[in-house]
Amino acid sequence: MSSVAADPMDPAPGPTQAGLGARISRQLQASWKLCVIAVPYAWMLIFFLLPFFIVFKISLAEPLIAAPPFSALFDLTEEGIVTIRIILDNFLFIFEDDLYIRTYLNSVKISTISTILCLLVGYPIAYGIVRSGEMARKLLLMAIILPFWTSFLLRVYAWMGLLADKGTINNLLISIGIIDEPIRMLYTDFAVYLGIVYTYLPFMVLPLYANLEKLDSSLNEAAADLGAKPIGIFFTVTLPLSIPGIVAGSLLVFIPATGEYVIPDLLGGGNVQMIGRVLYNEFHQNKDWPVASAVAIALLFLLVVPMMIYQRYQAKEAEKV
Amino acid sequence: MAGVPNLADTPWLDPSSEPFIRLRGVTKKFGDFTAVNNVDLDIYKGELFCLLGGSGCGKSTLLRMLAGFEVPTSGRIMIDGVDMSDVPAYERPTNMMFQSYALFPHMTVEKNIAYGLKQEGVAKSEIADRVDEVLGLVELTDFTKRKPDQLSGGQRQRVALARALVKKPKLLLLDEPLGALDKRLREQTQFELMNIQDQVGITFVVVTHDQDEAMTLSTRIAVMDAGNFQQIGTPTEIYEFPESRFVADFIGNANMLDARVTEAGTDHVTVETALGTIRTEQGIQVQEGQKVYLALRPEKIHLAKAGDPVHEGNMQVTGHVEDIGYMGDMSVYKVLVNGETMIEVTAPNLTRPKQRSLAITWDEEVVLSWHSNSPVLLVR
Repeated sequence: MSSVAADPMDPAPGPTQAGLGARISRQLQASWKLCVIAVPYAWMLIFFLLPFFIVFKISLAEPLIAAPPFSALFDLTEEGIVTIRIILDNFLFIFEDDLYIRTYLNSVKISTISTILCLLVGYPIAYGIVRSGEMARKLLLMAIILPFWTSFLLRVYAWMGLLADKGTINNLLISIGIIDEPIRMLYTDFAVYLGIVYTYLPFMVLPLYANLEKLDSSLNEAAADLGAKPIGIFFTVTLPLSIPGIVAGSLLVFIPATGEYVIPDLLGGGNVQMIGRVLYNEFHQNKDWPVASAVAIALLFLLVVPMMIYQRYQAKEAEKV
Repeated sequence: MAGVPNLADTPWLDPSSEPFIRLRGVTKKFGDFTAVNNVDLDIYKGELFCLLGGSGCGKSTLLRMLAGFEVPTSGRIMIDGVDMSDVPAYERPTNMMFQSYALFPHMTVEKNIAYGLKQEGVAKSEIADRVDEVLGLVELTDFTKRKPDQLSGGQRQRVALARALVKKPKLLLLDEPLGALDKRLREQTQFELMNIQDQVGITFVVVTHDQDEAMTLSTRIAVMDAGNFQQIGTPTEIYEFPESRFVADFIGNANMLDARVTEAGTDHVTVETALGTIRTEQGIQVQEGQKVYLALRPEKIHLAKAGDPVHEGNMQVTGHVEDIGYMGDMSVYKVLVNGETMIEVTAPNLTRPKQRSLAITWDEEVVLSWHSNSPVLLVR
């Protein structure tokens, strides 16, 4: 842009002035760029990195009956020497007591199964939306996003009302005479799976939709032209090309579902142990902040692996474009 | 294909030969829009048939109906004597080379080409043999393990062609096969495409908007406009004997003049135009006084400096050079005749610019002349 002003072909007087203006505007531009970049960095620093270090610090402390309920990491003794007390007991403890590993594995199991269920339900939905007309597509996408407009907590409570022994579904089934005794649905694994699949389905559908929508429809025609039947086309062309969407959707479901607290607590009651609930109990019932922090840090590192896989896929996708 | 024409090379002239592809009353509507309007067409075995027209003329829709991607609103399509009405795309004896090539991005060149054979359930060893054979044909033997995004545009085009050829279809459909290639590669590939067609002996139907491509490649061309065929004929017929102003204008350039018939003979017609009275050696059904159009191709006009000798017996007019477009191999001259009619003339640049004195320049008085069989009279 600024090179236009400094064009040597320009016979107008005062080229140095134009050059100076260009330099100033370039500098302004550079500092403006810095501002723009600084905002998200500052945000990450203040709201993510700093809390992380606070939690990390607590995880290396000792529980105390005081306020705050943990020992200080740095201490200034009377002689004026700074001592640092790092206690790794909390991390050792979560590996000693099999409660943590058991609930963690249970969380992984539940979120894995939920992810597969989300994929099985979400793929046909995403595929159907892509294949429908322009108007219907907009409406269906809206329907997928619409639940986000009400509180997540409210929707989970609504499920409690639906699934309870004296809830809507049981009442309906009894009143039309299909069953005599209410079916126990609330506070079971079933309710937790239902809740997770219901809540996280949009996170599966939207990336899948974005992926399937980009697929070149002439590839389907080419496959049909070469003799593939519709079902064959799906398995040889559409499915392999939608793997990036499947990976993105699955990780977007799997990662938050593993740490899920509200759904297992409200829909699973005490019967379904997930790591999120253990974490909550550690903080609020046992008041053992250091152990709770250690669990949180361990959980974070266990989830970093799938997140890195996701990042890698994203980067690969970006490269293609 | 060159040489003495005989009926084996021109089956469309032989009333006893059976067309390989037969379209009868084929119409395709998209809502209110009629893409293809009640067309009949016969294509014979071994032809390289071009559907030529501008965008939206219905040529691609016609091709897609042959492939089975679109169902005709009415009419019938027969391929090799079989009615295609209820045959889905995946069961048709046709293969298509897509304009975008539509190569499977997740498969190697080899797998792309083998895809069609796998669907057919061909034995593995045979697949390998046939893939090798067709890779040799398109000269891509060294690229079998590459993915499409690791190939150049020209190589992708060859893979697409190989993938369509490997199934040995009865009919190969090519949608703008050379459209995505640059000019030099396109010219080179045109001839390769003709050679390949000669070798495999498959009937080709090519859709193109490029008249040069159609002229070079085809045995016959169908010029399409607004869902209808304007003219079907060999490249020579289409170029030298256009039947309508649309065709004369679409294929090559033509000076188009309004004309009125003054004398209608059996072997010649004389018309009155802005250039004066012009005699044409063309026996067409016209009456005296009828309004017609006269088309005169720029390269059929001889350009000479005023006073230079002109071919005996040629029709001639004088004019004034208004503009010259230098194209390298030839130049385009805009000559104003009678101070009102602009006539375009092309002439090869036989001399170099250094011999300027020989060349015709701006603002020069010139003589335009042509043989009386050069102009074409058009009634529509």
